[in-house]
Amino acid sequence: MAEANAPLLSLRGLTRRFGGLTAVDGIDLDLAKGGLVSIIGPNGAGKTTLFNLVTGLDRPDAGEVRFEGQDITGLSPERLAAQGIARTFQLGRVFGNLSVMDNVLIGAHTRLRAVKPAVPVIGPLLELGLALLRPASVKAEEERLRDDVKAIVARFGERLLPRIDQPAYSLSYANRRRVEIARALALKPRLLLLDEPTAGMNPSETAEMQALVAELKTEGLTILLIEHKLEMVMQLSDRVIVMDEGKKIAEGPGEQVRTDPKVIEAYLGHGLSGAAEQENAA
Amino acid sequence: MSSWLDYTINGLIVGNVYALVAVGLALIFGVSRLINFAQGSIYLVGAYIGWVAVVQLHTPLPLTIILVAVVAALVGLIIERFGLRPLQNSVRIAPLLATIGISFVLDQLVMLTFSPNPRALPSQLPDVRFQVGGGTIGPLDLLIAGVGITSALLLFVFLRYSKLGWAVRAASQDRDAAMQMGVDVNRVNQAVFGIAAALGGVSGMLVGMYYNQIDTAMSLQATLKGVVAEVVGGAGNVPGAVVGSLLLGLVESYGVAVFGTSYRNLFAFLLLVVVLVLRPNGLFASARQAPPEPLTGTFIAPSRPLRIPCWALSAAVAVFAILPLLPVSFYVLQTLINAWLLGMLALSLTLVAGTIGQVSLGHAALLAIGAYTSALLSLTLNLPVGLAIIAGGLMSAALGTILISPSFRLRGHYVSIATLAIGEIVSLVILNWESVTRGPIGISGIPPLSLFGYDLISPASIYWFAFAVMVVLALLQARLLSSHLGRSFRAIRDDDIAARAYGLSLNRYKSLAFIFGGFAAGVSGGIAAHLYSYINHETFNTQQSILALTVVILGGLGNVVGAIVGAVALVGLPEVFRIAAEYRILIYGIVLLLLVRFRPQGLLGTI
Repeated sequence: MAEANAPLLSLRGLTRRFGGLTAVDGIDLDLAKGGLVSIIGPNGAGKTTLFNLVTGLDRPDAGEVRFEGQDITGLSPERLAAQGIARTFQLGRVFGNLSVMDNVLIGAHTRLRAVKPAVPVIGPLLELGLALLRPASVKAEEERLRDDVKAIVARFGERLLPRIDQPAYSLSYANRRRVEIARALALKPRLLLLDEPTAGMNPSETAEMQALVAELKTEGLTILLIEHKLEMVMQLSDRVIVMDEGKKIAEGPGEQVRTDPKVIEAYLGHGLSGAAEQENAA
Repeated sequence: MSSWLDYTINGLIVGNVYALVAVGLALIFGVSRLINFAQGSIYLVGAYIGWVAVVQLHTPLPLTIILVAVVAALVGLIIERFGLRPLQNSVRIAPLLATIGISFVLDQLVMLTFSPNPRALPSQLPDVRFQVGGGTIGPLDLLIAGVGITSALLLFVFLRYSKLGWAVRAASQDRDAAMQMGVDVNRVNQAVFGIAAALGGVSGMLVGMYYNQIDTAMSLQATLKGVVAEVVGGAGNVPGAVVGSLLLGLVESYGVAVFGTSYRNLFAFLLLVVVLVLRPNGLFASARQAPPEPLTGTFIAPSRPLRIPCWALSAAVAVFAILPLLPVSFYVLQTLINAWLLGMLALSLTLVAGTIGQVSLGHAALLAIGAYTSALLSLTLNLPVGLAIIAGGLMSAALGTILISPSFRLRGHYVSIATLAIGEIVSLVILNWESVTRGPIGISGIPPLSLFGYDLISPASIYWFAFAVMVVLALLQARLLSSHLGRSFRAIRDDDIAARAYGLSLNRYKSLAFIFGGFAAGVSGGIAAHLYSYINHETFNTQQSILALTVVILGGLGNVVGAIVGAVALVGLPEVFRIAAEYRILIYGIVLLLLVRFRPQGLLGTI
């Protein structure tokens, strides 16, 4: 059924309720291969919940998620990762006691083949045996992935490379965000979900991050982005979706959305402080 | 029919007693998200204070109750102030370990003061029975019911109408918000620990009177039962704890009615495991909850592990390998053999609790499975001992992993509860499955260690055998840790949600960790069985589980060399200082407390 120009990711009527609160309310979304769509909206609009639904950390009460035309609604995060969906987390979830190298290697976990033979039932036992015996194929695979990780970490320039053997808990906040993105890239994702990648970064760090995301887009990666810094959103996105109280209230090219009265209402209606924050960020 | 009414009354009365313990646990969990493993020790203290009051001071009943409540509350306040408050900003596992340490210290202090022999605790009430319907009820039943209902009412009034009660409820809903609104969380904690301890103490005294007997084994049983009732009702849910307790009392009472007394605890722990698997948030929680927030604190203490150079390790191995050739006494070899056996168990536990973060409190069950398998195979099938020990390791790996698997979906403190319960279940099955395990009689005449047809009789040969097995297991584990499995295990420990998002299946990797760790523990148990020549269901008990945990924390969680260093230190140092056996457990408890407080990363650091 996968047509030539079918969207890579499409959501239909996606809904998630927590008790009386509808955190995500009938969201439709299409993301073409190689495209970059941003989701903006006030705090509590349901953006991160939407990410959780797409990546399998939470299950929708209604609606469906399609990836390359296949229904992936409610699949486990492990399965979705294996299909090539990678994400970063809003508050940062690096593995604190693992080195930068090991953190990013975990990102490449779904690419392990030699040490993880796809055999049913006894597969895990073979994995244990191969991990202990380490035949040449397993060693070669590990070496290949390590080289790969170094190349990915090198994309962040001198920020991360000198610290590659340090435990992640010793890194600065911005560097931990970078490790998360490096980990996501190590999965060689077909779809990348970035949840506020520049949160807590200063202007120059934000600019670096923006340049990196632009570069990833040029390389053809499909990206779904949650971001509060409107300037970045305007420059990067093919399309912008605005959420408020779980609903999609506007969708379209950046400039059109920016002047939409409903969008301005949503931000101002949630208190001037929120709007002021947006202006500062922009 | 009348006997059923009796069993119902008995179930409700016992449930009432559990409720006094469980409500305290629920209050504490509500405010500080901590399962207080020391609750049973306070219950024990309550029972013995009651004994002192009744037998030595001859106080009247109301005064006895007040005295017990006050002393127990004081103990609770001391635990909160000196045991737990210093750990407020510590890693998440620290307070749990501290309550385990406190419980060991309190139990041992009671045992040293009053001797481990059971004592009678007379009830001071007239021994008459009233006919109720078809059953009978005595004054003590009424007293227990009365104390239960009165405490529930007092607690309700306190929580509902007093200012401090409001603060307790606010803090249990949202601790941070309560603090920002000016609630003094330390005072709330004090209040909660004081109340919980008073209820626990009175409960211990009432149970002592009910069975007219108190002994130090009551403590662990009370903690377990209270935890079961609390988890069944939903952790932190006070009315839920009451209902869970009554339910537990009834389930036990009917279970005893149908199957017999030795099944009582089995029903309690099966109920716990079923609830944990089907409704981990308790019977009264909504089925689906919001996904948990990202965890702010790390589970284990971050540290830079001490790297011991390869030549130093090789030298140490060489020294210990040639030790039997040197003029050392039999006694030294014997002590070190014990250290190597404990070292194997610690290797297993440091992988499971340290590397993949599943703090198991029932690890001795794996020893028992290995020991029974090896002993029975060599006795009944005449399997060579070497093969039987390997079979014991494999059985521990397989059976242990299957038994633990219900807990794979649980997190944090719940894992500890589940493993504790599963450990108890294993011991109870061994006790009750007489056709296979020979029940309470145990297994005697287990053939001695032998290898390729040669019996290992001399201490030196046993020493070499145990040492070699341990070194091989340690090398294998070190190799495992340096593979992709090592980083996968540690990633799951640090953040299981992020790990899943990157394709790591929790079931798969937790199983692999338990399979590998189960093998090491099973081999240790197997060797022990042939060394002791006699085992029963109590040979491998919770004390050993906790000792192994102390060893692992002493060495540094996940640290292979640390596990062995810890085992040698905890087995060897008491021997060096010739510390009497009854003080050792006390010292282990104190060591655990000091470690958690001052060096949570252990001697060599967590990995």
